[in-house]
This record gives sequence, C-alpha cells and structure tokens, in this order.
Amino acid sequence: MKGVFIWLLFLLLAFGTFALRLSFIYLFGKVDMPNGLRRALRFVPASVLAALVFPALVYSNGAFDFSFGNVRLLAGFGGALVAWRTKNLLWTIVAGMVLLWVLQALIAGVTL
Amino acid sequence: MNNRHRDFIAGARHSLPILVGVAPFAMICSVAAVSVGLTPFEAAGMSLIVFAGASQLAVLQLLSEGAPWVVMALTAWVINLRFTMYSAALAPYLQKEPLIRKAPFAYILSDQAFGVTMGRFVNDLPANPPWYFYGAATAVWVTWQAGAIAGALLGALVPARWGLDFAFPLSFMALMFAALKDRPAVIAAAVGGMSAILTKGLPYNLGLMLAALAGIGAGLLAESLTVEQAKGMTK
Repeated sequence: MKGVFIWLLFLLLAFGTFALRLSFIYLFGKVDMPNGLRRALRFVPASVLAALVFPALVYSNGAFDFSFGNVRLLAGFGGALVAWRTKNLLWTIVAGMVLLWVLQALIAGVTL
Repeated sequence: MNNRHRDFIAGARHSLPILVGVAPFAMICSVAAVSVGLTPFEAAGMSLIVFAGASQLAVLQLLSEGAPWVVMALTAWVINLRFTMYSAALAPYLQKEPLIRKAPFAYILSDQAFGVTMGRFVNDLPANPPWYFYGAATAVWVTWQAGAIAGALLGALVPARWGLDFAFPLSFMALMFAALKDRPAVIAAAVGGMSAILTKGLPYNLGLMLAALAGIGAGLLAESLTVEQAKGMTK
C-alpha cells in the first residue's frame, strides 16, 4: 500500500475519528447519549487494548508459542509487571525493551 | 490579560506534567510507522491528520500484516469510540461556542487533554471553561506533533534488529493497565485478550474487532451481575 492510497487511508481514519470527537460536542441538547451505549463505551479501552496485547505476546513469527523459548512473551510479562505497578507508558516501554534485549542475548544469542 | 487568556495559560500549564508522557508516545508512533515502511513524511503526516496514537499503532500493525483498508478503518474507529465519551462529558461546557470553534476543539481533543480538563472542572470550574480546555489541548497537540516529527526523522536511524516493533504491545499494555479500574474492566480485558488469541487466524484480520466486541460484552455482563449482587445484599 503506497503513495496516494496511504493518504486516502489516513484521511478515512482522520474523518471517522474527528466525527467521533465532535459527536456530542455538536449534538449537545439535540441528542442524548443512550444509556446502553454509555455503559458499553466504558469497556472499549480495556477490551481493545488487551486484544492488541495478548496475541502479540503468544504468537512468535506467526505461530502460537507459549513457552520459555518465546522471548517476547517473557519480556512481555516483565513489561506487564512494570505497567501494573507504575501505570506509566515510558517506564513500561523502557523496561520491556531492555528486558527483550537482555533475553535475546541470553536465550537466542542475538545482540544489538 | 483577560480571563480567556488566563484560563488558556492555566490549562496549558496544568498539562505540563502529562506532556512528559506525550512526547515519547508520539515519537514511538512515528518510529513504528517508519519501521513498517512508511516514509518520514507519511509518518509525521499520519500523526498530524489522525492525531490518535493508540489507533495509529493498531493500524500500522495491521498495515504490516497486509490487512484490507476496511478492517484498518473499522479497527481504528472502534479504538477511538472512547472519544464519544469525552465528547459527551465536555459538551455542556462548550455548548455556547460557535461551530467554527467547536470543530477545532474536537480535532485537538485527546485522552490527556480530557484528563487534565475534567480533573480541573469537577473540582474548581475556571471562569472560561472552553479556553481552559483549549489551552490544555493545544499544549498536548503541539507536544505530540513535535514528538511525531522528531520520531519520523529518527525512525530511519533505528536498525530492525533492535526489535522496536515490540514497543507496540508494550505501549498498549501500559494503556491497558491504566484502564483496568474495576473488576468488570478486568474481565473485559481478559475476555478481549483471550478471544484475540483464539481468533488470530480469521481472514481479513477481523479477529481484533470481534475480540474487542466480545470483551465489551463480557464487561457489560460482569457489571450487570455485580449490580444484581449489590441489590441482593441491600435487601
């Protein structure tokens, strides 16, 4: 996917995202947010983010790999501990990346 | 200096601590974009026009897996559904603004700007609430764009063997733990995550979206069961 097409994709993402942002700022007083929707939206971040994280850790090069040989799974557990304790984006990335590099060197023999 | 300017500056100043996290996240988004084959210009352009990091990272991941554009758009929109919550919460404070100002307000609405603004509004409403929001959101936006441009320029210098794509799940992880505020949210995350593992092989990378919906459903179910339980106890 290259050139013009990628910009069309960005515009599509941007347009939808802008509409979601403007939604109730614009509709205030005209339409109330339905109660069911309000309750469901609360679970969007936790659910979507977990759906992004879990497969990225247990699949290695496209194959299911739940073992000590999967360095990303191990580094992910370390990162999760830091994420849980600190709730901090930067510390989680730093800890997870350093752990990945160390484990890669120790287990897979890959150095930077 | 009138009230508007004072509230604008107060909003910008109060968002300073959070900017420390905004800049690196923006850089990561750009570095990730370059790592999946976008040019630095495209990477910075994506951050400028979409301006929603988590959805950008998800789209980049799908892009690298060769997902169809419909799936990429739907996935990004599902992730960004949370903005309607922010939009509804801010709406009462912005209702007197003309549409010509509401539109830019909406474009620069971010998780961080919302957090800073509502944190202040519930405790101590400023004289000009829209301008306070405007100040906070502008500070976040400027920092984000600066970080995105820096990341786009640096991205090409990062060798692939560093495995910087691992920063995707790590970023999502940090954001996820911040969202686990109660038991139903934890259940939503557990079900969403497990479903995503099970549906990984589905065509068109539809697994992510289906898993997200399963997680949301599980969260709702868990919440209604908790409410029932609480009702039972008060009887």
